[in-house]
Amino acid sequence: MSVLVFVEISKGKVKKASLEAASYAAKVAAQLGTQAIGLAVGQADSAELAQVGVSKVLHVTDSKLEGYDPQTLAKAVIEAANANGSNVIIFSHDTTGKGVAPRVAARLKAGLVAGAIDYPKTDGKFTVKKAVFSGKAFAEVAINTDVKVISLTPNSVGLQGGAGSAAVEAYAPAVEASKLSIENITKAASADEIPLPEAELVVSAGRGMKGPENWGMIEDLAHALGAATACSRPVADIGWRPHHEHVGQTGVTVRPNLYIAIGISGAIQHLAGVNGSKVMVVINKDPEAPFFKAADYGIVGDAFEIVPKLTEAVKKLKAGQN
Amino acid sequence: MKILVCISKVPDTTTKISFDDSRTKLNTPNVQYIVNPSDEWYALVRALEIQEANAGTTVTLINVGGADSEPVIRKALAIGGDGAVRVDIEPTDSFQVADAIATYAKEQGFDLILTGKETIDGNSSVAGAMIAELLDLPYITLANKVDIDGSGVKVERESEYGDQIIKTAFPVVISASKGVADARIPNMRGIMAARSKPVTVVAYSGQPLTSVESYSLPPEKGAVKMILAENAEELINLLHTEAKVI
Repeated sequence: MSVLVFVEISKGKVKKASLEAASYAAKVAAQLGTQAIGLAVGQADSAELAQVGVSKVLHVTDSKLEGYDPQTLAKAVIEAANANGSNVIIFSHDTTGKGVAPRVAARLKAGLVAGAIDYPKTDGKFTVKKAVFSGKAFAEVAINTDVKVISLTPNSVGLQGGAGSAAVEAYAPAVEASKLSIENITKAASADEIPLPEAELVVSAGRGMKGPENWGMIEDLAHALGAATACSRPVADIGWRPHHEHVGQTGVTVRPNLYIAIGISGAIQHLAGVNGSKVMVVINKDPEAPFFKAADYGIVGDAFEIVPKLTEAVKKLKAGQN
Repeated sequence: MKILVCISKVPDTTTKISFDDSRTKLNTPNVQYIVNPSDEWYALVRALEIQEANAGTTVTLINVGGADSEPVIRKALAIGGDGAVRVDIEPTDSFQVADAIATYAKEQGFDLILTGKETIDGNSSVAGAMIAELLDLPYITLANKVDIDGSGVKVERESEYGDQIIKTAFPVVISASKGVADARIPNMRGIMAARSKPVTVVAYSGQPLTSVESYSLPPEKGAVKMILAENAEELINLLHTEAKVI
C-alpha cells in the first residue's frame, strides 16, 4: 500500500500545482497510515518534495517523457504504481493531469475524481468533494474500486509541512516513443509570470477598460500584488488579451484566494469560471452590474481613477511590511 | 475520412441548480437541456468544417443517454452531421460514458474522435482521455486549432506555459477548446433535415466506478461590502486586515 503522486518538473523546479498535489498526497498517506511516493518527471532537483511530506521520490529523467505526452506518461505512472503497490494515485488537475489521470484510471479500471477540492473522507466509504454544475454546486463522490485516482484542482488545499527528508532514487520505467510530435513555442519573458490556473491572486479586467492600450494599469496592480492577470471572454475574443487569460465557462477555471474583477459585468458564464474564488472584489462604474451580487467587496466608480490608487495602496502596504 | 463527435446533454448554463430531499438527484422539472457548449461550438462545428473541405468525410455524433437525450441529439443534428448513435444507458460517471463510447467506436474505424473540452455539469474534462486509453490512441487535450495535415492532424494549443504545435497520425482523439471553430446557429433547413437523420440506438452493460453520495450547494454569500470610490485605498486595507488574502 502507498500513495503515488505524479510530479512535473518544469523550468528548473517542481511545478507549483504539482507541489500542492504532493502535499495533498502526503496528507492522504498519513490518513491511510502509509507513505507518499513522488514520481517526479523532469531534469531539475526534486528535493522540495520532502518538505511537503513525501517520503520517497522516484526521479525520472528519460527525455522521451519530456514532451509530457499523456499516453507515454500514463504507462510510466502505471508501472510505478504497480511496483509500489500504490492504491491511491494523485495528480494535479492541470493540463498534464487532465491528460494523464483519466488514462491511468481507465487502464486500471480505477475510479477517478477529477477536480477534487478537498481531502478525501476515509471513514467508511472513500469519498472526495468536487465542484459540479460549473461551480454552482458540490458533489461528494465515492470511489468504489480498490485503486483510487484523484486529480486535485490547483490552489484548493495549499501546502502542509512535512518531514523534510526523502530518499531520492533514479527511476527508469520502460517508456515507448511518443506518437506525438510536439513543438514548443516558449513565450518570451514568461519565466516570472504567474501561471493563471495556479495563481493565488488574480487581477482580471473586461471591456470596461475600453482598449488594450489601457492594460498597463491592470498589469501594474497585478505586479504590485504578485498576482496573475486574467480577462473576460469578449476581451479575448476581440484580441485585446491572449486566449489563455480568458476565465469563464469556455476559458480557464480559477480558484484563487483573491479575484479582483475590473470593468466586468459578471455574466453567468464568467461567474462559472471564478465562483470558487475565496474572496471576490468587483470594481465597476455600473452599480447594477450583476457581479456585485457575487462579490465580497465592491467599488462603484471609474476604474481609470480607482486602479492606480489601489496600486499605490498596495505598494505602501508592501513597503510597510518590509 | 470518418469523424466521431461526442456530445453530452447538460442543463442550460442559466439553470438554477437545486436537489431533491435525498440530495442525490438534480431537481429537473424546470431544467432546459442543451448540447454541452464546447461539444457543440467547437468539436461539432470543426468536424463539419473538415467535412465541407474534404469530400467523402462522414460525421457521426454519439451520445450516451436515455431516450430523453433524443431532443438534444436532434438539436445537434440540426447543426449538422450524417447521423447519430445513442448508447442507451443513463450514465452515472465519466468512465461509463467513455467506456460506452470506446466500446462502440472500437469496430468502426474512426480516424478522428472529437470531444468538447469539458462538460458544464460534471466539469471533469476526462472522457476524451479515457476513450483514447481504452482504444490505445494518442490524445491531444484542449486544442485551440485543429487542421488536417495529410494523413494526420496538426493541433495548436495555447497555454499559460507556452504555445505548442502538436502533430500526429490518425487515428487520434482530440478535445476541442476555444478557437477551434465558431459556433453555428441551426437554420430551418437544418432543423427539418435533422428530423429524418438516422439515430441508431445501441446497448451497453458496463458499470460505473464511482458514485455521487450527495450534492450540496455553496453557502449563501454574505452581503457585498461597498467601499466609496473616494476611499478606494480602504479596499487594500480590508483585504489585508479583514479578508487576510494579501
